Amino acid sequence: MNDTAAERSSAKASSFAAFGALCVAIMKGFVRDRTSVFFALIFPLMFLVLFGGIFNFDQSSQIKMIQVGDVALFDNLPADARHGLDELFDLSRSDDLAAAIANVRDGDAAVAVIESDGDLVAHYSQTDQVKAATVQGALRSFVDGANVAMSGVAPAFSLRTERVEDESLEAIQFITPGLLGWAVAMSASFGAAATLNGWRNSKLLRRLQLAPVSTRTIVGSRLVVTIAVALFQMAVFLGLGTALFGLKLSGAWLASVPLVVIGTLCFMAVGLLAGAVAKTTEGAVNMANFIVLPMSFLSGSFFPLDNAPSWLKFVSNLLPLKHLNEGMTDVMVRGQAWTAILQPALILAGFAVVVTFAAAKLFRW
Amino acid sequence: MTAISVENLSIAYGTVQAVDHVTFEVRRGEFFGILGTNGAGKTTTLEMIEGLRKPDGGSIQVLGRSPWPRDSELLPRIGVQLQASSFFERLTAREQIGTFASLYGVDRSAADSMLEAVGLDDKADARVEDLSGGQTQRLSIACALVHDPELVILDEPTASLDPHARRNLWDILRGLTHSGRTVVITTHHMDEAEALCDRVAIMDAGRILELDSPAALIRSLDSPARIAVDARTLAADDATRINGVTGIETDHDVLTLVTRDPSTVLGELARLQCLDGVQVRTGTLDDVFLTVTGREYNP
Ligand SMILES: Nc1ncnc2c1ncn2[C@@H]1O[C@H](COP(=O)(O)OP(=O)(O)O)[C@@H](O)[C@H]1O
Ligand SMILES: [Mg+2]
Repeated sequence: MNDTAAERSSAKASSFAAFGALCVAIMKGFVRDRTSVFFALIFPLMFLVLFGGIFNFDQSSQIKMIQVGDVALFDNLPADARHGLDELFDLSRSDDLAAAIANVRDGDAAVAVIESDGDLVAHYSQTDQVKAATVQGALRSFVDGANVAMSGVAPAFSLRTERVEDESLEAIQFITPGLLGWAVAMSASFGAAATLNGWRNSKLLRRLQLAPVSTRTIVGSRLVVTIAVALFQMAVFLGLGTALFGLKLSGAWLASVPLVVIGTLCFMAVGLLAGAVAKTTEGAVNMANFIVLPMSFLSGSFFPLDNAPSWLKFVSNLLPLKHLNEGMTDVMVRGQAWTAILQPALILAGFAVVVTFAAAKLFRW
Repeated sequence: MTAISVENLSIAYGTVQAVDHVTFEVRRGEFFGILGTNGAGKTTTLEMIEGLRKPDGGSIQVLGRSPWPRDSELLPRIGVQLQASSFFERLTAREQIGTFASLYGVDRSAADSMLEAVGLDDKADARVEDLSGGQTQRLSIACALVHDPELVILDEPTASLDPHARRNLWDILRGLTHSGRTVVITTHHMDEAEALCDRVAIMDAGRILELDSPAALIRSLDSPARIAVDARTLAADDATRINGVTGIETDHDVLTLVTRDPSTVLGELARLQCLDGVQVRTGTLDDVFLTVTGREYNP
């Protein structure tokens, strides 16, 4: 009541110093803990390198075709049409029809073509019906196109196709946001679980209660450190993805920064819950892992869930990580506007509040 | 002037009455000890005094204020070492005490000189995980003192230390009251309470059984002195004939004479020339404990 302004401002300055000292102490404790650093940074990056390397070869969708003998239609094509042919088909030559047909039967090639009296004869296998239809359609459209071109009449209709995704959409585009979501979820929850449990068991939490610093200062410093770690993870992921694996970020990718912050809070809450329930620090971290790892699979962190059964998609929509991943994918690689993070952000915030409340209820000194 | 005044303090954990109507006062500048076996209720009593636990009943005044609910004006006047060594993980000794200094708004140079005061300046850059038991305890005491508190509360500061490290720590503890500071420690070492404390409260099963200076407690026992001599120098029959000896005990090569007049008996032993290796033992706090609880002291 009767504090002077000077006293109040010096109290504020010293509480700021306390906050800074706590942040530094917690950050040093994290950086010097090899296991934590490994699981927060190195381990997820290993997956990024692995997945980026495996899935990022130029995925060839060309149809394998064996040309037997001379085929006038192919051999006499003008240069630009020939280019179209090469894009569509992976063409190899052979002089032995029987061997070529055997190759098709074995599935080593999709189709063998031979010219006989001006007709193009295509030998294909019906084993894979979809592939068979694709082969026939492609060849037919090619022959039709050639006919039209020979007649010299401009076609009345033309068809142009474009993929809805970015043309350059490669595996790395989907892998990066998903793995980043997993990495953030893991380090935020492990960190919170280990801190709560470790500090309780060592009685540091009680010792801090005896110092003239508010709970807000203590909790705030832990939050700031965890968020800083998450943003560092993000910078490393996006930097490496761009530099090494051809990741291309779309316009509103910066909107994923606040989303990562809210996601971090949400998974810290998950860690607090694990830390409140478990007896030992190792137990708390294992429990956080037990929650986060399956959740990552179900949230499409490691592989897309586009082809998953509908019940699984339903389950995945109940998980916070799924919304973090979706929101990040939307603004980072799908080219959506920043508003795409609003819904996931709200859902994550809701989870954070409910789970923190549950953790506070379950916490015992 | 009282530093701590506790009246009818009680708390139960479920059906366990951990502290049972405890009343005592600690004077300012006093070195006060609470002595008791594991589970006696020492830590719980301290936690209520520190304001970490709310008592079920009774009243507490610490430096004239109530510790519960949390009083941020009282906290900087108290320095506490909890029973466990509560440190930030993976920080060096200097970083550790420096962090605590900042929490109390104290300059970090105070932290460095405190490290020196407890003899840890050569270990300043070692991580807490790499310190020995004695060094850990000294660091933890230094952290409790870094803001120069009026009242210091140390929960078993010498627990799990070897005798040599304990005695080293005693020197530091003895110095704590020099500047008029009040010190409260708990211990389950009888000799420690005798060596350090102005007054000792003997606690058992949540109650305080005796409270006085160690000397007064021992005096009140009025127990006989026991003089042990080499059995090869004095025959048991001769011993019983010495004036003032009320009983003898033999144990292998040691002959123990029990007496209420040790000076006369010692004089006689000198005359008989069997003072080599003689040991005189008067009552100790162990005997006080035995008398008040009816149990042998087994920490
Ligand atoms: N958090 C707790 N929950 C339940 N019982 C406890 C708790 N802390 C202490 N006790 C019990 O209270 C009694 C006093 O414990 P404590 O104050 O730690 O004794 P001391 O410090 O003298 O060893 C013991 O019986 C102990 O088992
Ligand atoms: Mg204890």
